Amino acid sequence: MTASARRDVAVVAFAQTDHTRRTDELSEVEMLMPVLHAVLSETGLTASDIGFTCSGSSDYLAGRPFSFTMALDGVGAWPPISESHVETDGAWALYEAWVKLLTGQADTALVYAYGKSSPGSVRDVLTRQLDPYYLAPLWPDSVALAALQARALIDAGHTDEPALAAIAARSRRDAAAHPHAQLRGARPQGDYVVAPLRTGDCPPVGDGAAAVILAAGERARALCARPAWITGMDHRVEAHSLGVRDLTDSPSTRLAAERSGAFDASAGRPVDTAELHAPFTAQEVVLRRALRLGDDVRVNPSGGALAANPVMAAGLIRLGEAAARIHRGASDRALAHATSGPCLQQNLVAVLEGDPR
Amino acid sequence: MSRATHKEPVAVVGIGQTKHVAARRDVSLAGLVREAARRALADAELTWSDVDAVVIGKAPDFFEGVMMPELYLADALGAVGKPMLRVHTAGSVGGSTALVAADLVAARIHGTVLTVAFEKQSESNAMWGLSLPVPFQQPLLAGAGGFFAPHVRAYMRRTGAPDTIGSLVAYKDRRNALKNPYAHLHEHDITLEKVQASPMLWDPIRYSETCPSSDGACAMVLTDRAGAARSPRPPAWMLGGAMRSEPTLFAGKDFVSPRAGRDCAADVYRQAGITDPRRQIDAVEMYVPFSWYEPMWLENLGFADEGEGWKLTEAGVTELGGDLPVNPSGGVLSSNPIGASGMIRFAEAALQVRGRAGEHQVEGARTALGHAYGGGAQFFSMWLVGDRPPTG
Repeated sequence: MTASARRDVAVVAFAQTDHTRRTDELSEVEMLMPVLHAVLSETGLTASDIGFTCSGSSDYLAGRPFSFTMALDGVGAWPPISESHVETDGAWALYEAWVKLLTGQADTALVYAYGKSSPGSVRDVLTRQLDPYYLAPLWPDSVALAALQARALIDAGHTDEPALAAIAARSRRDAAAHPHAQLRGARPQGDYVVAPLRTGDCPPVGDGAAAVILAAGERARALCARPAWITGMDHRVEAHSLGVRDLTDSPSTRLAAERSGAFDASAGRPVDTAELHAPFTAQEVVLRRALRLGDDVRVNPSGGALAANPVMAAGLIRLGEAAARIHRGASDRALAHATSGPCLQQNLVAVLEGDPR
Repeated sequence: MSRATHKEPVAVVGIGQTKHVAARRDVSLAGLVREAARRALADAELTWSDVDAVVIGKAPDFFEGVMMPELYLADALGAVGKPMLRVHTAGSVGGSTALVAADLVAARIHGTVLTVAFEKQSESNAMWGLSLPVPFQQPLLAGAGGFFAPHVRAYMRRTGAPDTIGSLVAYKDRRNALKNPYAHLHEHDITLEKVQASPMLWDPIRYSETCPSSDGACAMVLTDRAGAARSPRPPAWMLGGAMRSEPTLFAGKDFVSPRAGRDCAADVYRQAGITDPRRQIDAVEMYVPFSWYEPMWLENLGFADEGEGWKLTEAGVTELGGDLPVNPSGGVLSSNPIGASGMIRFAEAALQVRGRAGEHQVEGARTALGHAYGGGAQFFSMWLVGDRPPTG
């Protein structure tokens, strides 16, 4: 595939909810609606102007089948729209929409994602995504698995507990300036949840939603003063079984970064920002190494998933935050990353660029 | 739109299905999907290493009780180190999944894509998996039949169709299924009288006019022009494909002939240059989970004028030997692994134009429509395939 043959596609708008521990008073649709209105009004588009719509969510969080059908009612799919859904993080919905725009079948796309963790115990719910025959019956929860990964990293000499605490502190400090973050400002690192992970090493549990608008070519320029052009995007999956993976490495992230041109020096501009979907501090260590990020790269200026981690939307938010930094001129070339599955099993990398200033 | 012509043409070069049965207790979820995928690769004479990406679909995760099973299935589908995308658009998912895979080829992101859809319904109870709790829907609306029966009744009232039409469809599809070795229901002693004497479940839908719950998987290998040139067997070429969605419930919704279905078909026909579907399309695999949906969709898809669909069914036009065969494979009425059912429709349409449908082959089929729908008759996905590549 020659990059030059591709259509130019950009993120032109981004909106998200305030992320909170509980939203008992709101249905998923009620939580999502303001975000949809916000992202549309940012561009002046209406739902019927959009060429393709794609969303990401999970029935297991909602506790009922086809939960996304209700969200579609909220979009206002009338007259009927061209629409699809991925049962995973909205970052993959954005990927599907990007592909649709590349084929020329649409010029604009609305992508949204949402997740409410508050109705249940997300640690327990996530165990249901493990191998149903050998692993799920043991109910190993997401924090325990992340702790296994953190322990492997410490044992390999790639990090230590003070370094992890520093990642947590930096994220929280950055989140202090973020109006939507769930956890803001200095906080104690806390006690062990599952050693070696302390409270501060783990993401908050919360509810939230996010949406972006993509547009191709001149439409993007008309809708946004400084579009965040997607110069490359790729995602890769690894083996499911933790026993056959080296948990201290993320070859899928490295490969996705290669394929999306993140390491491409010929682009002329270095990556200045990276929004990494690392719900646990130790995962940032893994991702930094896989992505070869130096100290000159601003990592998670939004505070990242350690400040707000609405499951199924947190990856899309990384793409939105990276794009928003380009929109407001704080970045010229940003890398965005999303993950899915236990211990970084599946990873997506996108490279976003603003026009030269 | 000239830009559409810049898309890479997409060809189907491999198709694989499992034998659909009530319960595949001999295989795991991984074993089930791998069986279909291996058959598709064998048909294309390709290996796992020839596959650039995997796109997988299924209906609600509650049907097997595994959240995001694609994560666990990555190994079984040879996806490790590759992109893997999971699609879920309710009952239309099998079709949507194939279309997402086709877009990857059309956009020239990948040369060869494996797409798989499955359901292993024996792992749980689909009836209750589909029954949403109060207050999300009205009580006593158990299962899909309870939702769709009133709309069938509305169709009968609106068109004056005699109440025998539904049983004709079921009788036809179950006989067609006898010619399809992969079909779930092989009712060798089926008669029209037996269909008509079967118990009434959701009036006017009788037991023999409903789909079974099946375990099964379907897989296809999609590739670009270069890949098609290497294909050992005739490819099917995608001439058009589209998805449309509309809200579940609102005052203006026509449940008998949803506008999303009409718009979706119109988009596919426009892409494929079809102006007279009744004459230009040789075979149709449509999503008919309850028999009455055949006449309803004949109208919705533009094969008959409004109120006239049942007349085609009654006249035998949709029989395997008729001039518009519908569901020569036996259709959803004979095999319904829900998440796979849409992809089976797409795959069976491709088998027809490849001339590889075996005993249920429609003689001389050159263009065929694959159709899927889901949710509250609100999600639609369709493709039209032909034995020649798209022109222009």
